Amino acid sequence: MEMINVILQGVLLGGLYALFAAGLSLMFGVMRFINIAHGDFIVVAAYLMLVAVLFLGLNPIIGILLVVVLMAAVGYAGQRILLNRVLDDDILPPVLVTFGLSIIIQNSLLETFSADSQRVPASGFDTASLSLSGDLAVGLLPLAMFLAAIGVIGVLQFVFYNTALGRLLRATSDDPEIVPLMGANNGHVFALATAIASGVVAIAGTMLAMKTNFDPTIGPSRLLFAFEAVIIGGMGNIWGTLAGGIILGVAQAIGAQIDAGYQILAGHLAFLAVLIVRPSGLFAKAKG
Amino acid sequence: MTKLLETQDLKAFYGDFQALFGVDIAVDEGETVAIIGANGAGKSTLLRSLTGLHPVPGQSIGFCGTAISGLAANRIHQLGLAMVPEGRRLFPSLSVEENLKIGASGRRKGPWSLDEVYRLFPALLERKRHGGSELSGGQQQMVAIGRALMSNPKLLLCDELSLGLAPKIVREIYAAVPLIRERGTSLVVIEQDIAQALKVADRVYCLQEGRVSLEGEPADLTRDEIAKAYLGTEEAA
Repeated sequence: MEMINVILQGVLLGGLYALFAAGLSLMFGVMRFINIAHGDFIVVAAYLMLVAVLFLGLNPIIGILLVVVLMAAVGYAGQRILLNRVLDDDILPPVLVTFGLSIIIQNSLLETFSADSQRVPASGFDTASLSLSGDLAVGLLPLAMFLAAIGVIGVLQFVFYNTALGRLLRATSDDPEIVPLMGANNGHVFALATAIASGVVAIAGTMLAMKTNFDPTIGPSRLLFAFEAVIIGGMGNIWGTLAGGIILGVAQAIGAQIDAGYQILAGHLAFLAVLIVRPSGLFAKAKG
Repeated sequence: MTKLLETQDLKAFYGDFQALFGVDIAVDEGETVAIIGANGAGKSTLLRSLTGLHPVPGQSIGFCGTAISGLAANRIHQLGLAMVPEGRRLFPSLSVEENLKIGASGRRKGPWSLDEVYRLFPALLERKRHGGSELSGGQQQMVAIGRALMSNPKLLLCDELSLGLAPKIVREIYAAVPLIRERGTSLVVIEQDIAQALKVADRVYCLQEGRVSLEGEPADLTRDEIAKAYLGTEEAA
């Protein structure tokens, strides 16, 4: 029974990792853009949530909506003004620029909010739990995070395969040079992709802020979890990303059960095992 | 007749390498113009310059009375200039119908719609849910033409329609050209298949090493003239 509980907690944690990973996967998928500052964007969203809830006294739900809109707008502007300039066949300039952004963000947060670790109070929601049977119980917040992950991925899937915007994003992923010949502005399409990715990052960051303590330096390790989830699941498969997040979450939960120090290591080992067995990821779509 | 497209002293560069040396061409409304030339003569560079994919200096390209050199490719497309790129370049993760629909992203008013494209190429209707890579080369070319038509262009630029296709299929594809013209779209056709180009064109330009080496109506041109313009003086002599 205890093992079932551990796995269940791991699955729910995987939802958060899938949220971390979805934005990264989207930006890489549409424009082959590796955002090294992705983890720091998550932390920025967490701090924005802190400001909204703790300093402005807003309801957490309103806080989440506000942070999503704000992050999406900043994502759009940032892509058009800054990141579009470094998008080219060469993959190195975006990596360098976002690496620089990562350092700038961490130091700005440190300057503004100090190195103290913070947490956003969720008015009891973060400690409430739902009893399933016997000793089995799930926390409401982890459950909400998991459902949010499924919801976000479901919405992304719908947008990608059923809307004109999704068509444009997939076409841009296939062959960005030809997209302007369809009458669409590449710069705008890239910025829309980043806006969506930033909205997802905002959901991930606000959830993180309520679930756990955070400080300005935790971005890079969130980036690592996001990378691992994407690669375990396989590039180009958005449901695979959810599966990747879950596998990572379960591995970490089992590791933590053995010894608290093994939590992160167990996740990395699972990632390494997938890389050895299926380097392209478990659910990678065949390129055709 | 009014001029639809006109280039004056069009030059194009790839870094230090000059690909076009002052090309003057014109396309009238309702006309089909063929541009022929050997590999490396500058045909594709010319088309890429016209569509804005390859930026060119100066004010050397006019379309419907507007200077379009320097405009972004999507802006030029919205003015009514569409292209069927070399090698088709369908979007592989989109179905046939999605490929057609995406062509209408910057759509202008006009006769072309999904139904009309399916009427022009009935083979596509049965395969509208298929992916681009599941189609034969000829069907892919049909999708590429249909995708360009979906924006209702005033001028359609076709780069190497016959490339890699069997002669029978090439004839099928070219049978669509008069039907496209009937709907009021002018065409510029780039071809290595000279016989095919001469058959559909009102006027022909031959490019050689980045310059116009010959211009005229197909009926007025002799084989020798074309061979000389196509291959250069020394080889022809």
